[in-house]
Amino acid sequence: MSETRFISGDEAFAQGIRLARALVISAYPITPQTIVVERLAEMVEEGQLDSRFIHVESEHSAMMAAMGASAVGARTFTATSSQGLLYMAECLSYVSGGRFPIVMMNANRATALPWSIYGDHRDSLSLLDCGWIQIYVEDAQEALDMAVQAYALAEAEEIRLPVMVNLDGFILTHTYEPVDIPDQETIDAFLPGRDTWDRLDPENPVSMAVTVGPELNEEINILHHKASINALDTIKKVDDKYRKITGRGYGGALRTYLTEDADYILISLGSISGLIREEADRLRDEGIRAGAVSIRMMRPFPRDELIRVLKGARAVGVIDKDISFGYEGTVYTNVNSALMQGRSHIPTYDFVGGIGGRDISLADIEECFKDMMSGRPEESVKFIGTEVEDDIG
Amino acid sequence: MIKPSLEKKVKITALSQLPQGGSCRTGVLVEKNAGWRNKCPVFDSDKCIGCHQCYLYCPDGVISRKGKKIKIDYDFCKGCGICERICRVGAIHMEDEK
Repeated sequence: MSETRFISGDEAFAQGIRLARALVISAYPITPQTIVVERLAEMVEEGQLDSRFIHVESEHSAMMAAMGASAVGARTFTATSSQGLLYMAECLSYVSGGRFPIVMMNANRATALPWSIYGDHRDSLSLLDCGWIQIYVEDAQEALDMAVQAYALAEAEEIRLPVMVNLDGFILTHTYEPVDIPDQETIDAFLPGRDTWDRLDPENPVSMAVTVGPELNEEINILHHKASINALDTIKKVDDKYRKITGRGYGGALRTYLTEDADYILISLGSISGLIREEADRLRDEGIRAGAVSIRMMRPFPRDELIRVLKGARAVGVIDKDISFGYEGTVYTNVNSALMQGRSHIPTYDFVGGIGGRDISLADIEECFKDMMSGRPEESVKFIGTEVEDDIG
Repeated sequence: MIKPSLEKKVKITALSQLPQGGSCRTGVLVEKNAGWRNKCPVFDSDKCIGCHQCYLYCPDGVISRKGKKIKIDYDFCKGCGICERICRVGAIHMEDEK
């Protein structure tokens, strides 16, 4: 029997990791991720979770300890945020290139300077190229469910890649919601223990984390790329199986809302997506055909599906909680590239907001839709939710 | 000692021939590696007392035990001379590589 508890996103994620029976957890605390590892440490201490909990001295060590544990065949978890993620950046490509299916929770938080503990997406988006699968969730329930699904995805033979599940700092990590927690038998049926042919085993030795010279290095990276692309399809299969067992599912890399006949579609990642759907509903009441797309998986990027979904739109906007200084929001860059490859000439708009934890209100979202409807010339970037006048040009 | 075998190098012509999941077969060598050796260890079996210090100290693992004595694998010896230095009875001496 499942039970419903009133818990935060961090706590929900910890419950997911408990149900997935992660055997080794290595982590270093950082706000707003701290609670997930505190809860897991308590579970290990109280004997609810039969895992080795490794206290490490830094995020760099957290990821390397996780890689070592993964190399002996253990299901492994770590979590971080912001500067911690950047500090372990060197290790991320080791883990993905070595094809270690570690799951990591990242609490999305602004990157310094200016110092801030509040949320935006600059930490994870700056590491899109590190070879990991990147997932963004919308609420605490999805956080729990994706903590479990992430292992099924990571350990799939056709993928064998680490997965980073992103939760908006504070908005998701610290907000309490009723969350349905499946029972252990249900999740055991969905996700058996990790079994892999390659592990550090003196009886059956393999070469791991190898050096490859220029004669085949590119080819090895092609295999990594193809394995990542496979996740676009596998995430749907994993989700189907999860839905059958738990009654809850999310679909694939995209979550679309009223897009079939939409003239104006606003794209987003993570927790803001629900508010966009609410505004789309409101605009529909006014007779405006608005729609919303939440990108659940940024890597691999669901290019073909996105082209299909956006095809009939008159204008497409992106809310980016990110700015690649000197250019534009990174989600916008990715969306534009897909549209270009789809030979689309739909006008696109980049709305950058929510930086450093700034709230994005329903009124801000309404403004975004109004901008798309007005047909104003596309600016490179429009900052939303700012409270002071730009008088410096 | 488990010694990697020297096998014929396979020409890779398709991605499917590559290791698919990050790890691959181990304990296999496909190329000899001794090209940078300037000095070559020469072993005198009569002087050897079988202490196996050279076997323990060789940084490249090219000295193996053979009965009570030793054998040097010249396909992989880099000629560092540590075996000559460690041998208490002078059973190994370095000669110019021919």
